[in-house]
Amino acid sequence: MSHHLFVQMLAFALGGSLGSALVSLVADRYPRVLSRVAFPALAVAGAASVTIGLEAILTGGRFAVELPLGLPWLHWHLKLDPLAGFFFSLIGIGTLAAGLYGPAYCREFRHGPYSLAVLGLATGLFIAGMQLVVLADDAFAFMIAWELMSLSSYFLVGYQHQNAANRRAAFFYLLMAQIGGLSILLSFGVLAGFGHGFTFEEMRAAPLSLSWSSIAFTLALVGFGAKAGLVPLHAWLPEAHPVAPSHISALMSGVMLKVSVYGFIRVVFDLIGSPHWSWGVALLIIAGITALYGVLYALLQNNLKRLLAYSSVENIGIIFIGLGLSIIFYGTGQHLLGTLGLVAALYHSLNHMLFKSLLFLGAGTVLQRAREHDLERMGGLLKALPWTGLCFLIGCMSISALPPSNGFVSEWVTFQTALQATSLESGVLRAVIPITAAVLALTGALAAACFVKVYGVAFLGLARTRRGRRCTEAGPGMVGAQGMLAALCLMFGVFPTATVTALNHIVTDLTGHALTAATANGWLWLTPISSDTASYSAPLVSLGVLLSLAAWAVVYLVLRPGGHARMTRGDTWDCGFGPLNARMQYTSTAFTMPVQRIFKPFWDLREEVEREPRNGLPQEPERLRHQLHVDDISWRLLYTPVVKLLHATTRRVGRIQTGHLRHYLAYSFITLILLLWIIT
Amino acid sequence: MLAFLPLYQQAILSLAAMILFTSFVLLAQNGVLAIIHVFAWQGLLVAVTTAFVAFDSGAGHLYFSALMTITLKVIFIPWLLHRLVRRLGIDRETHSVERPARVLMSAAALVVFCYYVAQPIQQYSAALTRNTIAISMSVVMLGMLMLITRRKAVSQVIGFMSLENGLFFAAVSATHGMPMFVELGIAFDVLVAAVIFGVFFFHIRDSIDSLDVGQLNRLAERDE
Amino acid sequence: MKIWALALLQSTAFVLLAPLFAGWVKWVKCRLQNRRPPPLAQPYRDLWKLFGKEALLSHNASILFRIVPYIVAGATLLAAAVVPLLAVNLPTAAIADVIVLTGFFALARFFLALAGMDVGTAFGGMGSSREMTISALAEPAMLLAVFTLAMVAASTNLSTVIEQVLSDGLVLRPSLLFALLAMCLVAVAETGRIPVDNPATHLELTMIHEAMILEYSGRHLALIEWAAQLKLMIYGVLIANIFFPWGIATTPTPVALLVAVAAITAKLSILGVLLATGESVLAKMRLFRVPAFLLLALTLGFVGLLSHIILEIR
Repeated sequence: MSHHLFVQMLAFALGGSLGSALVSLVADRYPRVLSRVAFPALAVAGAASVTIGLEAILTGGRFAVELPLGLPWLHWHLKLDPLAGFFFSLIGIGTLAAGLYGPAYCREFRHGPYSLAVLGLATGLFIAGMQLVVLADDAFAFMIAWELMSLSSYFLVGYQHQNAANRRAAFFYLLMAQIGGLSILLSFGVLAGFGHGFTFEEMRAAPLSLSWSSIAFTLALVGFGAKAGLVPLHAWLPEAHPVAPSHISALMSGVMLKVSVYGFIRVVFDLIGSPHWSWGVALLIIAGITALYGVLYALLQNNLKRLLAYSSVENIGIIFIGLGLSIIFYGTGQHLLGTLGLVAALYHSLNHMLFKSLLFLGAGTVLQRAREHDLERMGGLLKALPWTGLCFLIGCMSISALPPSNGFVSEWVTFQTALQATSLESGVLRAVIPITAAVLALTGALAAACFVKVYGVAFLGLARTRRGRRCTEAGPGMVGAQGMLAALCLMFGVFPTATVTALNHIVTDLTGHALTAATANGWLWLTPISSDTASYSAPLVSLGVLLSLAAWAVVYLVLRPGGHARMTRGDTWDCGFGPLNARMQYTSTAFTMPVQRIFKPFWDLREEVEREPRNGLPQEPERLRHQLHVDDISWRLLYTPVVKLLHATTRRVGRIQTGHLRHYLAYSFITLILLLWIIT
Repeated sequence: MLAFLPLYQQAILSLAAMILFTSFVLLAQNGVLAIIHVFAWQGLLVAVTTAFVAFDSGAGHLYFSALMTITLKVIFIPWLLHRLVRRLGIDRETHSVERPARVLMSAAALVVFCYYVAQPIQQYSAALTRNTIAISMSVVMLGMLMLITRRKAVSQVIGFMSLENGLFFAAVSATHGMPMFVELGIAFDVLVAAVIFGVFFFHIRDSIDSLDVGQLNRLAERDE
Repeated sequence: MKIWALALLQSTAFVLLAPLFAGWVKWVKCRLQNRRPPPLAQPYRDLWKLFGKEALLSHNASILFRIVPYIVAGATLLAAAVVPLLAVNLPTAAIADVIVLTGFFALARFFLALAGMDVGTAFGGMGSSREMTISALAEPAMLLAVFTLAMVAASTNLSTVIEQVLSDGLVLRPSLLFALLAMCLVAVAETGRIPVDNPATHLELTMIHEAMILEYSGRHLALIEWAAQLKLMIYGVLIANIFFPWGIATTPTPVALLVAVAAITAKLSILGVLLATGESVLAKMRLFRVPAFLLLALTLGFVGLLSHIILEIR
């Protein structure tokens, strides 16, 4: 692609999102603008982003432009290298899906109390912000774009602001985003201070001592970790992601978290350059805790979108496990394995972007069609929403890491990286890494349980509400967006070799080290280290699964009409007690009860039981109501103490606010004298 | 690497791993009698290992140590504890572990920590059994963990004895045993400790009606 | 080409012999309990009978319910295809390594659990919930054992692992010992045998696996039962061939294959007797004792891993 063409495509990508934002300004007066112009513009922007992103990955090209914006002596540097291209195309896929999904989904907001203009404007700016973060090639542009992304998403989280909980979630989100942003700024400050300049080029050349680079790493970890949702900085995520409109939730969980992964990779692997192995150990431990924590909390949620948000925390943990492994191996000189870890992390980023967006869009469809976000009141939706149900099933398979889906491949590669720990010198690392792998295994198994619950309770069984029984399938736009993501999930699961080849390009470009044997045996076989060590043939496995589906089809289409495979319908077995009804099914809370009992100390559980006793018969109450509240333990352990401390400090500091004008003048006076003293 | 060692040395390593496993089981075990049985098994494993080490190194006095371990820790002390538990009427009691998952996780962390600590020490040991030093340290640590996490006196005593097993095993594997006098002394100490504990159980129960050592804090002088 | 034929033959043997193994376990169990055993071929007759019957479906069952038996059977078949039964180094073994193998089981379990929830009975949901809980603990234990193996052999490919164990000869490896024990416990839990689950129970409240498939009948039930028998055999072969690989054919010559057939028959017969003895001696546990059982498996796997790292590497 020539430079000229690149600039044109970039104009499409950025212009699409910014244009969509501008056009939406009139959406309150002409609501149709949103569905006719703004969302299609987003779709175009998404498609253009995917195109140039892929181009950058496949050709390994670097495209740079300098925009005459920003400070007079520091114009905005934008650059697209393969790493940025990869994340740029992730943003593109998410945007495309949102652009397809949005028009029909946002129709319900037309008659609501909320401003459509704000929705369109914030959505466009949000996407443009994410695109610019990935494109930025200097710290200044990066921070502006980062804050644009944070601020516009704040308005999206608080969009339905009449609900007090939403406002609180939005504020908390903004607070955490600001703390994270500050930390990133400081990290850039360290790099810029030693590099004598704000462009990434100059930062890369910064000569850092180990202690200063460790400080920069820690600041970057806190900053990007707060945005990505690493425990214990994740607490905003399950509050903020569920309350935004569903296509925005999909963008936030699917795409925005990946943008912070991008930022982390950019700073640690590119700008700091030579990561120290001990950072990897710290990261590995945090990531392991994050993964387990996320899935345990996801399991117990009954609000579908909140559950998905917690599951994002889990998946971020898995991605960072890959990154931690990569840092450890790079830091100890095992470049091949370091590359493998990074490839695993990128692969999982891609996968999580796909299936989490898919699942959030599915949850949005359920929310719109069945008006329900509570799993306890869903059920039987597969019959009402067959296509959404199918796509959601594929999403559930992927997120549960079942072969031959894409989620399985990335977890498998992560496992393979972890199992190479025997090649390390340090004995403790040899012990710690497999333990993390075991945590990952536990996480995967719990995630499968979680999504069996979700799918079983929401889409299978009997409908628990009238609306759930009566609702109809969503329109082609909404289904199409989900179908596209589901197809991509399958594609990246069935053809991992091509994907790994592409990711290998990116990592080679970034670190200078390449995987040698991973795809050496042709497109059928994925052999991360060598064919003796481990091999996986996703196409053949998929063929096997397809053959079993074909067997069903043969029985169904050939044998049954021929009268060979007879089938009759009857009533469900009820032990002879009379008809079953929807309320006798296993509920979401009931399903997770055994797990809840086993892992009890991990949650703050509050159980509410209300019973209305019947006269004289305490054993058989008239009415029984049971409710389980799951509180995030990080509030009790971290946030509440911090808030208390803050309150105490501010109260103490507040004493200087005496209210006397003389005192304030005295403060100014003292400050002035101090400043003069410092200057001299 | 392992394949080049003679079979009895492989056996020593396997036995070491089994001793570690019994420590884990002790940590997670609930029933009083079951704890005593596991402790006896651990003693037996230690004794057999000692005998193997004796065979490997030719240190004849280790056979005697092994024999002593069997009489004391496999037969006498478990028998004594068994009798005590019967007479105290607590053989049906369960000493439930609080938060077993957390205890096991910290146990795992302790083992890794011991490995980390033992690595530099191992380099000074020429014995082929030097790899077991980390294991024996872990057994000591897990014994201590058991002392900390248990509330009932009997399981605490077992924790203490298991800790002693770890020390003994460390001595055997690192330096092919301590001098005979020291070993005899320790053995008698353990014996006396077991007897004194036995007497104490009755006294504790008589004074606070329970063997729950958590209740002993009532004996402290406090202003309430 | 010949070697692909051999691979196909091996998979076919796997599928065809699985009911025989289940029958053998049942036979031994009956003898141990002083009952008159059914003929060894009884499982085949049962399957034949079920395949011939018409399938009865609940009115509430969705299309997923009908597809699940095929997916379950297919996934289990895939698992059988990659496990070396008679010979190592067959081309099918490269399709998947041991981690993917657990993935196949996870796939089958996922869909079976969904089918349990599909009809909307409390039993199905109960079975699914319990099955997923147990597997959530069993899978990490299994993978810990697998990791130990993988670190010992520096590979997760079953063929390579087996060859490594073979070439080492008779070595007492503490890590493999513990991995073996962990694997046995996991196998018991995953195949739903006593003391975790009772394959012969008809009390709904105590069932796990059977509760989940309560609504299945006819050919659907036959497929699921067959898959369950296959799974039992896979675990048996895994234990027999990884930890005691002697006798397995390393070259595809007729003599070596004959020896392999004799060896695996002997090994599986012994395993069957052990399983039947265990099932006769032990009582089924309460459901909430099962986590303790699996915690034991986890601890075993963990001690195995640690003892490999601490004791076997210098």
